[in-house]
Amino acid sequence: MPALEFDINKIKNDFPTLKQSINDNPLVYLDSAATTQKPQSVIDAINEFYTSQNANVHRGRHTLSEHATTLYEQARDKTADYFNVLSKEIVWTKGATEAINLVGNGLRSRFNKDDTIIISALEHHANIVPWQVLSQQTGAKLIALPVNDDGTLNIKQCSDFIKQNKPSLLTITQASNALGNITNLEPLIKAAKEINSLVLIDGAQGAMHLKPDLRELNCDFYVCSSHKMLGPTGLGVLYGRYEALNALDVYQTGGEMIDKVYLTHSTYRPAPAKFETGTPNIAGVLGFSAALDYLDTLHSSNIQQYENDLFTYAVEKLVSIDGITIYSNLSNNIGTLSFNFKDEHPYDLATLLDGYGIAVRAGHHCAQPLMTHLGLNGTLRASFCFYNTHKDVDIFINSLKECIDLLD
Amino acid sequence: MTNTFKKVTESIDKASAWQQKYREIMLLGKTLPVLPDVLKTDDALVPGCESKVWMFVEFDLKENTLVVIGDSDTRIVKGLLAIILALYNGLTPEQVVNIDAYEEFDKLGLISHLSASRGNGIKAMVDKIQTMAQHKIS
Repeated sequence: MPALEFDINKIKNDFPTLKQSINDNPLVYLDSAATTQKPQSVIDAINEFYTSQNANVHRGRHTLSEHATTLYEQARDKTADYFNVLSKEIVWTKGATEAINLVGNGLRSRFNKDDTIIISALEHHANIVPWQVLSQQTGAKLIALPVNDDGTLNIKQCSDFIKQNKPSLLTITQASNALGNITNLEPLIKAAKEINSLVLIDGAQGAMHLKPDLRELNCDFYVCSSHKMLGPTGLGVLYGRYEALNALDVYQTGGEMIDKVYLTHSTYRPAPAKFETGTPNIAGVLGFSAALDYLDTLHSSNIQQYENDLFTYAVEKLVSIDGITIYSNLSNNIGTLSFNFKDEHPYDLATLLDGYGIAVRAGHHCAQPLMTHLGLNGTLRASFCFYNTHKDVDIFINSLKECIDLLD
Repeated sequence: MTNTFKKVTESIDKASAWQQKYREIMLLGKTLPVLPDVLKTDDALVPGCESKVWMFVEFDLKENTLVVIGDSDTRIVKGLLAIILALYNGLTPEQVVNIDAYEEFDKLGLISHLSASRGNGIKAMVDKIQTMAQHKIS
């Protein structure tokens, strides 16, 4: 396929939120790691659902319900295509966090004190706390992969660590939300698979920027959030290799997930239905479907090339400011810059940047163990997306310089 | 309003550009004494998210007034804390409950700092002072 032109002006124009002023300055949105903005087509799809398509799914035999069900299941097919897996391996959840909790609960009856769970210090709290709970409930041992002082992983050391500790589950992020560092997953998954460990990958940060082929990646579970991939909030995706997925115990129970209900017991439908009780977030699913269509028009290779160029440009500009320390790995990154200026508190600079219409995040980024590991109280985080322009970077850098001057 | 408060916030009130307002707030923060590390205990932390604020609200029985001291690890929040201290320090509980921090912050053009999403604990600081005052009255 010939390389398609990546028309940044047209793309930026597709995102209505980006066309506004904040504090009398054009908005420069650099908080896409928290949530991405939404293209008009996603907003239109949600609007269209409630305007003319609203009906419950998998229930009615009437025209509206059948149409809504078709659209809803097409979204599952698209998601499966996006990750190169089967539709029956895709479960809708309310977010990546719920997807992790679903797996944690689904494993509970199988885990005991002889099991080991391996996490890493790079994880978001959502991929730490559920495993602490599972460990407390079952007696399973919870340990963490060794992380280098700069927040990267020594793959050889980590692979050995996995083989030595023989976990029943390895659960690790595809890319750090606080630093943007991309994990070299293949050798870690290979090491885990050699000892028949289950593997869960937290794809909240990686799913859009890196578009993984999950069949090739060979993990058992993969989770992500619609709202970090241009889609609406309140929707997440759990991929499970079918056997591993169907073997999980049910999480929530009720209607739709059942096969036969008697007064004292019930039988459940096979996955994914057994994990999807109650009326789902239909509007969210259709919005996400439109988000996947949008990403498809841009092509993931174009997105990655553009984002890499933009990131390199931003790094170049940022390091030129005296007193800046960057904590992100610069050579292998999804486009997130975590940094501080001298020993200034990130809160002050984030507040001042907001005055210039720049949206960044300040704090520990829901990754306290990582911040402790790096010896930091927090950082400023500028996270980029393909709808950001080189001009956004220029405005960000110039504003940052002015903010620094205000501190004197 | 007390003269201390008027004097302390005069420069913020006069600043027209937002940059100048923040500058004055940060300068005000610098005038607050640094709390010794031994006082920066977890118990004294005001629940906030992105910044740390340590605050003590005591009651001077002899004078029948509130005594508030505090510190923050950020320049801006420390400046906002200084405004709150100037607003309430040395007042009787009856005076304290009659002063609405929201109104005063609004007049200074700083109302957005009291919003929930700011996570700077300013709202919690005010609540802590008001609760103490209420407690003394009842």
